[in-house]
Amino acid sequence: MDVVTPSPVTRWIILGLVGILFSVPIIAMINFSFSVPTGGYTVDHWTALFNPDNARTYRQLFQSIGNSFLLAAVTVAIVLLILLPAMVLVHLQFPRLKRVLEFICIIPITVPAIVLVVGLAPVYSVVVKVLGGNVWTLAFAYGITVLPYAYRAIQANLDAVPVVTLSEAARTLGANWLTVLGRVLLPNLRRGVLAAAFISVAVVLGEFTIASLLNRRNLQTALLQIGQSDPWVAVILALLSLAFAFVLLLLIGRLGSVGRKQTS
Amino acid sequence: MTLAPPIASSVLAPVPGATVDLVGVVKDYSGTRALDGIDLRIRPGEFVALLGPSGCGKTTALRALSGLERIDEGSILIDGDDVAALPTNRRDLGMVFQSYSLFPHMTVLENVEFGLRMRRVAAGERRERAGEALELVGLGDRGARFAHQLSGGQQQRVALARALVTRPRVLLLDEPLSALDAKVRVGLREQIRRIQTELGITTLFVTHDQEEALAVADRVAVMRAGRIEQIGTPEELYTTPSSAFVADFVGLSNRIPGVLAAGNVTAYGATFALLGDPLPDGPVLAYVRPEDVLLGSARSKGLAATVVASSFLGSLRRTAVRLDDGTLISVQHEVAVQPQPGDAVRVTFRGRPVSASAADL
Repeated sequence: MDVVTPSPVTRWIILGLVGILFSVPIIAMINFSFSVPTGGYTVDHWTALFNPDNARTYRQLFQSIGNSFLLAAVTVAIVLLILLPAMVLVHLQFPRLKRVLEFICIIPITVPAIVLVVGLAPVYSVVVKVLGGNVWTLAFAYGITVLPYAYRAIQANLDAVPVVTLSEAARTLGANWLTVLGRVLLPNLRRGVLAAAFISVAVVLGEFTIASLLNRRNLQTALLQIGQSDPWVAVILALLSLAFAFVLLLLIGRLGSVGRKQTS
Repeated sequence: MTLAPPIASSVLAPVPGATVDLVGVVKDYSGTRALDGIDLRIRPGEFVALLGPSGCGKTTALRALSGLERIDEGSILIDGDDVAALPTNRRDLGMVFQSYSLFPHMTVLENVEFGLRMRRVAAGERRERAGEALELVGLGDRGARFAHQLSGGQQQRVALARALVTRPRVLLLDEPLSALDAKVRVGLREQIRRIQTELGITTLFVTHDQEEALAVADRVAVMRAGRIEQIGTPEELYTTPSSAFVADFVGLSNRIPGVLAAGNVTAYGATFALLGDPLPDGPVLAYVRPEDVLLGSARSKGLAATVVASSFLGSLRRTAVRLDDGTLISVQHEVAVQPQPGDAVRVTFRGRPVSASAADL
């Protein structure tokens, strides 16, 4: 059967329509961030945010941004220290468990955040007792929500690299398991690991529901709060976080193309 | 625990080869017996090939020796030490894999240095020895390249250098030539044999290619269903196969229907002494080599036959003929004789001893 592919013109039209669809709200946000209620444009909203004189006003906001980055870092650490070794172990030693692991990792994407919070609330009452109410403990929940994305990124890399042969070759040359992982496998899984880390950061920075319902303060909850009193700042920060996520996606794409060049 | 540094400082210095013993080795894969009590002794410096069809257990046997597969019963001895419980990284073996196994993120030189690095050899000595090993396989000028910049044959030569640079007690080759094209394969197998002979390293080579096994090995072990069917020199296997399976698997054989009586097979008026284990008297299939069948003209004596096809094989020619009863027979003869399809010919048997199996009635 012939595969019907769209002509270049059709592709450009589709790309243009999608581009407009996505760019309209962003342009509107940019426009709003420079607008003045009485009419006209100003850069005051932008400069005010970074003005040291306003540090006290925006203290909680910047604290929330710091919280989000801390959560992103701990979530990435959970992915690297728990998910990655588990996936490598399953790939090398227990290939029959691959399906089970995949199923477990995909589950969070099918569970709405609100349902997840209902389940997590009693767990967090214990977590608070043991570890205190520090914001970083939210990363345990985020470690679950990023599983589907991190799993896919790492698994794609695992499937593309002859992990079993490389590890067996290293072991016959005298390497122990730790050396195999650190010197042979990780350098070859770099792209997948970095992609998983970047996606995790993007997901954590954009997360609102769990933090809000578990009464933790992060970037998104702060945006909502400040948006009620200073909508310009909320929009500016939303734009900045979008730009940050865009840069992360570019980096992931760049990693992919570098890998393709190396293996061609 | 780390491995002790290799004894000899030069990669090129001959090593005292190790003795390898597999004693009653059994390996099961969830109810399927992959190795069914393998007994095999490899003498110091010997090159032994494990030959057999897919699924016969040859790769499992090699992986059991390497430690990549745990065995269920039996023992594996290297120079008398039972290594069955030792992990792979402490067995001091070199291994070349079927698929290209070079570390993609390292240069060729770094790949070859890897085993020495694991043995904590000083950087200068490491570099020197890795360079020597690369020279040994003819790739001394490719040290700065990455694996993806090399051809398949070059990658396997680097893998060989990497396996040899640590001066391992035993070299294991797991079908290292099967992914290569025919010409490269022949060249590399000759190179492997030359290097093995020069270094005197005990080597176990797994292959399903009988020509490859016969060409390089001191002895060949033919495996079937997890057992060693016969082990011997290539000549012994070819001329005196101990079973119909070996006769059929090693080299080409014609299956000739005959009758066995008192240790002799009679077929088409010719008599053949029976090789191998005795069989009950009665109808059998005798395995006759193409070079043990003679081709004559239509006016000569022998069985009347018609030429079906004839192939030029370089130094000889192989012709398929059909006897009047429909039996197809392959005959090997001089290149000068060039029968054409449809030609009437006569064939006779030299009457050399043959292997046989009971005929299915």
